Amino acid sequence: MSKYYLGIDLGSTTSKAVIINEKDEIIGRGITNTRANYKVAADIARDEAIYDARFTLLSNIIKADMESKPEFKKYMEDIRTVFQYQQFKRRMDILEQTLFETASGFQHAEKNAIIENLKNIIETINPQIRQEFILGGLGSKNQFFRDIVSERYNTEVAKSPRELFEPLMLAFDKSITPVENEMVQYNFKELVMEAMRVLEEKYKGLADEQEDGSKEDWYYAELNAVRNNYKNVEMSLRQHIEEVADRDIHIAKMVGTGYGRALLPFPEDCIKSEILCHAFGAHAIFPNTRTVLDIGGQDTKAIQVDSHGLVTSFHMNDRCAAGCGRYLGYIADEFGISLNELGPEAVSAKRETTICSTCTVFAGAEVKELLHNGEERANILAGLHKAIVQRAMSLIARSGGVKNEFTFTGGVARNQAVLKYVKQMVTDAYGELTMNIHTDSIFMGALGGAMFARRNISADLPVTDSKKINSEI
Amino acid sequence: MEAQKEKSMILQKEMVNQLFNDLSRAKETGKKVCYTFIPGNLSELIRTFDMLPVYPEINALQSAMRKKSASYIKEAEKNAHSEDVCTYVKCDVGMMMKGNIGPTGEKIPEPDILLLSYTGCFTFMKWFETLKRSYPNAEVIMIHTPYQENAKMTTSMTQYMVKQFEQEVIPKMEKVTGIKFDENKLKKHLELAKESEDWIAKIFETTKHRPSPIDAYFAGVYYIGPINIGFRGTQQAVDYYKELYSEIQERIRLGLGPITPEGEMKEEKYRLVVEGPPNWTSFREFWKIFYDMGAVIVASSYTKVGGVYDLGWRHDPSRPLESLAEYCMNCYTNLNIPQRIDLLSKCISEYDADGYVTNSIKSCNSFSAGQLGMMREIEDRLEIPVGFIESDLVDPRYFSYSNIKNRLESFFQMLEQRKKINENAPIN
Repeated sequence: MSKYYLGIDLGSTTSKAVIINEKDEIIGRGITNTRANYKVAADIARDEAIYDARFTLLSNIIKADMESKPEFKKYMEDIRTVFQYQQFKRRMDILEQTLFETASGFQHAEKNAIIENLKNIIETINPQIRQEFILGGLGSKNQFFRDIVSERYNTEVAKSPRELFEPLMLAFDKSITPVENEMVQYNFKELVMEAMRVLEEKYKGLADEQEDGSKEDWYYAELNAVRNNYKNVEMSLRQHIEEVADRDIHIAKMVGTGYGRALLPFPEDCIKSEILCHAFGAHAIFPNTRTVLDIGGQDTKAIQVDSHGLVTSFHMNDRCAAGCGRYLGYIADEFGISLNELGPEAVSAKRETTICSTCTVFAGAEVKELLHNGEERANILAGLHKAIVQRAMSLIARSGGVKNEFTFTGGVARNQAVLKYVKQMVTDAYGELTMNIHTDSIFMGALGGAMFARRNISADLPVTDSKKINSEI
Repeated sequence: MEAQKEKSMILQKEMVNQLFNDLSRAKETGKKVCYTFIPGNLSELIRTFDMLPVYPEINALQSAMRKKSASYIKEAEKNAHSEDVCTYVKCDVGMMMKGNIGPTGEKIPEPDILLLSYTGCFTFMKWFETLKRSYPNAEVIMIHTPYQENAKMTTSMTQYMVKQFEQEVIPKMEKVTGIKFDENKLKKHLELAKESEDWIAKIFETTKHRPSPIDAYFAGVYYIGPINIGFRGTQQAVDYYKELYSEIQERIRLGLGPITPEGEMKEEKYRLVVEGPPNWTSFREFWKIFYDMGAVIVASSYTKVGGVYDLGWRHDPSRPLESLAEYCMNCYTNLNIPQRIDLLSKCISEYDADGYVTNSIKSCNSFSAGQLGMMREIEDRLEIPVGFIESDLVDPRYFSYSNIKNRLESFFQMLEQRKKINENAPIN
């Protein structure tokens, strides 16, 4: 039986899980937002990683078809999104029920009106979300249950009668947390079958899309291929689904990391510092890495590693959130835009407004002042992004600078504007050198954890000359 | 064994109580009181003039350990001391404002002399300027101590200081105390100081043993207590250190590790050298993070603030004033950065340390300036894992237990990995 290893990175904002095989290859990833109940967050991330692993196994079985036939590739992409929707929908049903129960318990004079409005809101947002998942690729946008629902719920509440605003928001606030903290069990096979039905409906309903030159040729090729041949893919999947769904993904060992690691229900020897895990993960993907910058939700770490991926020194921020992901979250709230919109807008700026405040909260006040003075939003955002990177640069300097290949990890590495300034400032300060950013950046800590789990550390670490490990840098 | 351990502690306690008791009765006995600081303290000279010493930093750290510093600091801040002022100062000023009750519950008398014998810390100067306003009758003596910029104490530097002793310090002390300077008396104190220093050097060398019989930082701060509160140059100090040394010898004979607040440390897993003062407000919690991980501190720079004896320097009765001058110039924070690096590197190599930790103190410029560069240099030179944490002396607001624990946990895991690698290394 194949052995698999699990790494869970319980961060302040997101919880990540990675499953690797015996060759250190990632076969499954899972991510969710961290919530009050850490165990649920960790379990959800793990379950997602296991589903993802099953999809990987499925894709491996039909590998030849995936490589040669565009419809297979497209179908597998689509089915993962719809699969996510199915999970979303189950939880949404629970939320719906909880919302009504909460509202029924209100002692409000307008109780009936509240319930009526709730019904309308749910009836409006449910199909919206379904549409966005199935046609709009919402599943690939790194949004979580709470974000997706609350964004749309809030929009609809704003359209409801004003006097119902408070109770409607209260109903949501009271319901979302317990629902989010509830562990929902899904049946992989069942959800895949349902997803296949949804996809059938989708492909049948697809009208001819005119080639207007706005998209690449392959887009139309894939679309047409899947529309005409999805039945073949379906047949193939039906053949293999039993095998994959019933396969025991045997987790031989796991390691938990991240700031919430001590709260994970893992034995003590299965808990590792996130600094070591991030470094080990980043080093595994980019073996020449000597400096790792990780910008996460509530901390930023500059880590120096040796040729084996072992940490030689590190520096991290504390006392202040300016310079990490939460700062961006706060800024997004200030501007009333979503976290995902920050980077693209900042990149579009003509110049960077200088932001003086070194404090997250004060920066909020400074931003308001700048807006009031007519400064453009994009320029302010660019300035804020630059300020974050400046802070990270100071940590890098304190940890010993960048001596060789540089790898940028953490959730914030997905932000294009941060990426732009990191590249710019690292080059300015340390010259041209290889800089690595991977699509899996956010998973590096979990990957490192899984890799530590696979190694029975004492037996498997590379052998080297005593006290000479630094010299190989 | 237990009785022996207690004996040195009892001796120390007696010395502390006696000092504070003498201080509380200074008015009745007519003894003059000299406020001064630990780095470069002229204990022997103070004793030659029969004065009683008061160390404001010691009072501040004692207040912190008794959980009183927060309210003292608040009191000082209420009186316009900024958030950025050294917290030793604020704690001391706050204590003064609240009646100047010392650690034993007895009142600390007002100073007759404010003696500044180390100018490497600019805050010290400002501190006594502040106290001068509260105690207008106190005589202020400020001695300029040249910094060891070129890594040595030259004859002219020594002469420059001796001249200050002769022309400023001694005449003022004679004036305040009404006692004529007695060089022979000073020589006797210096002889005893030298003896104490020999014992201290021996005590801190015992950490070369495996397991180390003592912790040279967390327990070390207690061991340096007697010499740092004015007993250097007395027979009591010599007796204390002799006793302590024999207790430690017994621990070595029995193969015992250091004593912690929760009993004996069972397994010595990591040997560390620590740079920077400890945090006093959460001293026990801070210590616990280390001993829980099986980490013992085999050498620390902080235990050298009251004198660096590792390199052979001792007080010398045959050159009384010259040796006092050298003592002032040779305190740890008066060494230049390369000297400190050399000293710490020597400790790491000789005591066979596995790692180096810097505790950077928000309040303390004397220590914090250059700490990061020193760490980098030591890391490069010795290829040793290094860790950096931040806290404060006596302001509890700047001790974040979870942040410090998180960093230290990562650091210990780093050490663990490194150890495994070294253990797996082929034997050449």
